Amino acid sequence: MNGPLLEVQHLTMRFGGLVAIDDLSLTARQREITAIIGPNGAGKTTVFNCLTGFYKPTVGQLTFHADGHTLLLEQMEGFRIARAGVARTFQNIRLFGQMSVLENLIVAQHNALMRASGYTVLGVLGFASYRHAEAAAVERARGWLERIGLVDRADWNAANLPYGQQRRLEIARAMCTGPKLLCLDEPAAGLNPRETAELGKLLRDIRSEFGIGVLLIEHDMGVVMGISDHIIVLDYGRKIADGSPDEVKQDDNVIKAYLGETEEEELPPEVAADLARPD
Amino acid sequence: MAGRVLGATTAATTGIDWPAALKECLAAALVALVLFLPLVGMRTVRVEGGAGLDFRFGWVAIGVAAVFAGRFLLVALRTVRPGTVGAVTAPIARIPALFGPYTQFLVIGGVVFAFVLPFLPFANRYVVDIATTVLIYVMLGWGLNIVVGLAGLLDLGYVAFYAVGAYSYALLAINFDLSFWECLPLAGAFAAFMGVVLGFPVLRLRGDYLAIVTLGFGEIIRIILLNWYDVTNGPNGLSAIPRPSFFGLEFTRSPDEGEAAFHEFFGLSYSSLHRVQFLYFLILILALVTNAFVLRIRKLPISRAWEALREDEIACRALGINPTNTKLTAFALGAMFGGFAGSFFATRQGFISPESFTFIESALVLAIVVLGGMGSQVGVVLAALVLVLLPEFGREFAQFRMLLFGAAMVMIMIWRPRGLLAHREPTIHLHPVAAAPP
Amino acid sequence: MLYFLQQLINGLTLGAMYGLIAIGYSMVYGIIGMINFAHGEIYMIGAFLSIICFTLLGILGITWVPLALLIVLLVAMACTSAYGWTVERLAYRPLRGSFRLAPLISAIGMSIFLQNYVQLLQGANVKPLPPVIIGGFVFGAGGGFTVTVSYVQIIILLLTVALMVAFSYLIGHTPLGRAQRACQQDLTMAGLCGVNVDRTISLTFVMGAALAAVAGIMATLYYGVIDFFIGFLAGVKAFTAAVLGGIGSIPGAMLGGLLLGMVEAFWSGYFSIEYKDVAAFSILILVLIFLPSGLLGRPEVEKV
Repeated sequence: MNGPLLEVQHLTMRFGGLVAIDDLSLTARQREITAIIGPNGAGKTTVFNCLTGFYKPTVGQLTFHADGHTLLLEQMEGFRIARAGVARTFQNIRLFGQMSVLENLIVAQHNALMRASGYTVLGVLGFASYRHAEAAAVERARGWLERIGLVDRADWNAANLPYGQQRRLEIARAMCTGPKLLCLDEPAAGLNPRETAELGKLLRDIRSEFGIGVLLIEHDMGVVMGISDHIIVLDYGRKIADGSPDEVKQDDNVIKAYLGETEEEELPPEVAADLARPD
Repeated sequence: MAGRVLGATTAATTGIDWPAALKECLAAALVALVLFLPLVGMRTVRVEGGAGLDFRFGWVAIGVAAVFAGRFLLVALRTVRPGTVGAVTAPIARIPALFGPYTQFLVIGGVVFAFVLPFLPFANRYVVDIATTVLIYVMLGWGLNIVVGLAGLLDLGYVAFYAVGAYSYALLAINFDLSFWECLPLAGAFAAFMGVVLGFPVLRLRGDYLAIVTLGFGEIIRIILLNWYDVTNGPNGLSAIPRPSFFGLEFTRSPDEGEAAFHEFFGLSYSSLHRVQFLYFLILILALVTNAFVLRIRKLPISRAWEALREDEIACRALGINPTNTKLTAFALGAMFGGFAGSFFATRQGFISPESFTFIESALVLAIVVLGGMGSQVGVVLAALVLVLLPEFGREFAQFRMLLFGAAMVMIMIWRPRGLLAHREPTIHLHPVAAAPP
Repeated sequence: MLYFLQQLINGLTLGAMYGLIAIGYSMVYGIIGMINFAHGEIYMIGAFLSIICFTLLGILGITWVPLALLIVLLVAMACTSAYGWTVERLAYRPLRGSFRLAPLISAIGMSIFLQNYVQLLQGANVKPLPPVIIGGFVFGAGGGFTVTVSYVQIIILLLTVALMVAFSYLIGHTPLGRAQRACQQDLTMAGLCGVNVDRTISLTFVMGAALAAVAGIMATLYYGVIDFFIGFLAGVKAFTAAVLGGIGSIPGAMLGGLLLGMVEAFWSGYFSIEYKDVAAFSILILVLIFLPSGLLGRPEVEKV
């Protein structure tokens, strides 16, 4: 049951002369939270953009296993990737600000509702099938609103929510599409410690209740170490580590990338003298 | 303007900074002088022996003085009472919201009034004609509202679908002898088809490019209509377009053999007013059907997808919404209603030519949608009323109509970009509406 | 062969005019990312100003052509630039942070306003100008088709070349040009580096307007008659030229203009004159569908 959900093989992304991702291979599994971490500019969001069809990879294969099908994401259009079951959130929140919280969650269930409305025709004619489907969609949305604590604000404009609630709403909206792989781009950015802890709980709940795979880009080490099952570290577009949180924490390459090397050579005498002087 | 706020708070305590204010006003007046002197102050006229100039320096002086005074007023308001401009305009902006609870009654009242209009004592042929024109523009506005207001696609070539509807109706009616009710859906379908054909290659272009391309389409259609003599009769247009009948009863004084006339059937004496009134009710019904359709569709997923696309296309793609198909649907539906309006136009006039389908018409309908509030049904009605009625109040208004509309479009964008009446209510609520959301 | 040559010369002349207007579109789009829909009306205003100016000079008795031409150029450029500046100030600057359709709708409103402004002030009839510069070079086989290169055409082409040279120098080697290129790359950052963004944008509009004014003067001399509606068509075609050449690129705008002018001339000359505008619009549509970054432009990568 824990087969690979997403297999990235030899992904390379070049923008003109700039190599943003260099021969990256990774596997994300179901019922696991896989985190992609790395210093800024390491290419993490670029990976997401390749996965979700916003960029076309220069080289590489992105295999997605879902419902016994095997799909090659690099050949699919963005919205079809989403329909296949890959949902994502964005580094800069992209909610539909002028629409209500509830509407955001209803729009996420667009495809099912379109079918139920007979691609609008039946809906215009007032058939019951659409009314039932819409009611079901509202119930599903309500379930998520309860989970993220926004039931009271369901009719608020999404833009009027405080930042932390907007982040949670975006995740709920992604989940309302019924995905098999949830890709979150820095979901903890800008959250305070309490909100971050709630986020961690939310993600763990998603993993266990829905049994999907979660792919996570994050800077916040607390979140990453606390909830990830599997961590991949990127630096300058290359993978430098791949393993469990404990393994990665002690990996030399990772430490070097984040903290820099220890000096091998002697310091110049003036600098050494400077450092030795008590302040 | 932002940089001025600091100056304002200090100046409020000390009064207007006269030297700086004068300098500002003089600068504005100088610019105005440069602008007005040649174009306002001089005008070429024909004199014997070539061209001469008509000098109107008096107007230039008035214009420059007005700019000076206006600038001074702005400076004074800004420094003496910061926020005055806002304080004056805010209540005006709140007026539409005040109507909120009464909107339902106003709308019902309006519809009732529309139905009884032709029977009111003052409603002569002229009044009913004007009302019919208003309703045509209302219908065009509602149709374009789907494309521009809901889906956020700036279509500058809407007149193309209006023209396609009119010409296909005329050609079907003249050549195939079909009745109004048979031609109408066909013309609408054809216009919708054109919408798909024109929209498909270009709907993935971003806003500005889409606008210019649709403008190009509008012009291409007009040029084709103007030059394709064999089919469209070129600049001479199509005439003798059959008029609609009331379930087979003709609206003529002396009907053909075997045909009954409307006035004979109902025992009335013949009046040319009957047909005018019938046409009025026809467009009224068409408009109301359009409105009912739009109101119904706003509660369906496709409309929410339009609005979501308008907000953020990238997020929509990430939710599995097909942007091209969704936009195409909006485009095709808008085109269909434009086609219906065009069909009515053809049958009402009895004669159509490419002259009626210029870019100005597209701009007019766009102005209606923009001024009325994109996405607002009632706003479109009000804007159409203003557009059509204004020139009727006098020659001066007629000449200045487009000038005022151009200026109004600029000002609306600066002051209330979402239009005068646009206030979006969610199309679906979790809690009863009594709980007023912020 | 000679017929072909004539069409070529006509096309280059037409193209030069389109190119000058197109540069204005390209510069504005490059710096603030919007299509200045009212730019065509600025060209039209330049044309009207030139007619008024020529007429005034005629009345004042200044008829020596080179001097008159110089005066008209300077005056029309100055005054049209003032209009360009005012339009930006009134209709676009307040909308700089607004939603993306707002400046475009404002531009459309401004375009309608300017058209009607000129129509009301100067009359709806066409305005003729008695020919100022007449004559030209005529050559061709005896008895056959003769090719005429009028003095006006030569002046147009020379003036265009001179302006392009001056412009390239301005953009490439002066502080203003540097500031402009910086704003084009990243508006916010340029501001943070001390560039006066407002003034740079204003100057961009002014420069575009000045070039459009020159095109307007050329149109007056070339066609001999103008009306308040010429801005609309010329504007759309010049925009097509800018897109064809790669929006944001000045050499691209001129290249696009020349190409478009030649397509139009050859289409009119060899196929049908009625549908020449359709040819121009079709180019626009085809370019936007198949080559959206144009000939000399750089492809835009979507930032997610």
